[in-house]
Amino acid sequence: MLCQECNERPATLHFTKIDNGEKTMMHLCQHCAQEKGEAFMLNSAFSINNLLAGLLNFHNHVQQAEKAPVIKKEPLQCEACSMTYQQFIQIGRFGCANCYEAFKEQINPILRRLHSGNGAHNGKIPSRIGGGIHLRKNIETLKQSIQELITREEFEKAAEIRDQIRSLEKQLDLRDEGGN
Amino acid sequence: MSLEKFLNQAVSSWMSAEGPDSDIVLSSRVRLARNVRDYKFPIIFSSEEGQKIIESVYRSVEGQHFSTIGSLELLVMDELQPLQKRVLVEKHLISPNLANNSILGACILSENEEVSIMINEEDHIRIQCLYPGLQIAEALKVANEIDDHIEQHVDYAFDENIGYLTSCPTNVGTGLRASVMMHLPGLVLTHQMGRIVPAINQLGLVVRGIYGEGSEALGNIFQISNQITLGKSETDIVEDLESVVAQLIAEERSAREALAKTSNIELEDKVFRSYGVLSNCRIIESKEAANCLSDLRLGIDMGYIKNISKNILNELMILTQPGFLQQYAGGPLRPDERDARRASLIRERLNLEQ
Repeated sequence: MLCQECNERPATLHFTKIDNGEKTMMHLCQHCAQEKGEAFMLNSAFSINNLLAGLLNFHNHVQQAEKAPVIKKEPLQCEACSMTYQQFIQIGRFGCANCYEAFKEQINPILRRLHSGNGAHNGKIPSRIGGGIHLRKNIETLKQSIQELITREEFEKAAEIRDQIRSLEKQLDLRDEGGN
Repeated sequence: MSLEKFLNQAVSSWMSAEGPDSDIVLSSRVRLARNVRDYKFPIIFSSEEGQKIIESVYRSVEGQHFSTIGSLELLVMDELQPLQKRVLVEKHLISPNLANNSILGACILSENEEVSIMINEEDHIRIQCLYPGLQIAEALKVANEIDDHIEQHVDYAFDENIGYLTSCPTNVGTGLRASVMMHLPGLVLTHQMGRIVPAINQLGLVVRGIYGEGSEALGNIFQISNQITLGKSETDIVEDLESVVAQLIAEERSAREALAKTSNIELEDKVFRSYGVLSNCRIIESKEAANCLSDLRLGIDMGYIKNISKNILNELMILTQPGFLQQYAGGPLRPDERDARRASLIRERLNLEQ
């Protein structure tokens, strides 16, 4: 197959473009493809980044529409890395870990949307820096099971769990004191 | 360099070894994204910060021997030739992003190439484990082991409510991306992928062709991975993926059985024609090579072709990528030269089997 641009060299690159459901094929040689390169690059910029930025922007518009009249505020900015919320929307990437805290109100609903309605971490906790978190999570699950046991009237077992919770709480207290 | 010697150096264990269900699942991969507390993320950090991160991560694992993977070596992107980086990308050991965009990027690679820790890619740390066959849980176990080890020496950016903090909000929480690479010629030949892909998408998983652009999957090779990283535990994410993969394996096997029953001679013809092309071609484009290799592998799996090892698809899909061809040739090649070189590499590789 010959290149459809120059009709001289063999076509080595084949592009499929889908526009509004309409499929067009292009067959080009290396040379012509490079010349046309820019036109293709424009289209391939459609990536997860842009999709994400689109989602973030959309959310912003909705919020603004709801909160009319708009009061002009200082631009929202992360104090640790000085990234603004506008910059984050454009690139779809945070500048530092503190951005999550700085843009909390804006991004928490978006996190839920990105992760099928989930908004809270339910996985691994780093063992060294997360020791206190481990204990608190354990206490929480035990407290839930105590409620279940009480409704089933299994009071002896509930008492055992209660003692466990007390000893964990003691550990947590010691830990917090040690930290101070 | 002889092909045999080149192969010895070029083929990572995940390409040559056989794992569970490796007639359909080519490889399993797990990636954990982590960042260091109080440092800006790589998109905006200073070169001083980037340098410090490389040092502290490497120091945390330097000289360590992990259970199964052997010793670790540090590769600094800035010190590698473009072609060397491209080969690492084609072997799936580093991302194109790390190879091309990051000035302060580095990679800590295990001896057997099953583990690669990318530093200063989009996140400070990305631990990746790559295994042959269906071994997602095993890959997660090793990734966790390395993660625990690094965490003993490095303070991670972690939030009690939303987990591990990542540069992109699509990775926050577990920072875990688990994926499998599957060879699904039966489902493609019986036109079932169009029905299956949307169903898998609804479960929060993503299916895409790993080679080739857009929806096209070169060589009938698909990658299936989790989309959601927040709200589910690591084990749940891996188990959900495993259960979908198990169903896909069953569907692929029954599609192959149905093909053997209804169009045995046509299928055998297709397989042997592709075998003929691969063993006799003098010029071959990557797309044709991928499709013929897929047919050949299907023929081996279904018993039409004997005496050829199964890993030929995995191996040659990677060895016939432009970077590898140029490394084998010992210098840059034009596209037409590549096609000729690709053909001769495939013929030589098939000759090694006889």
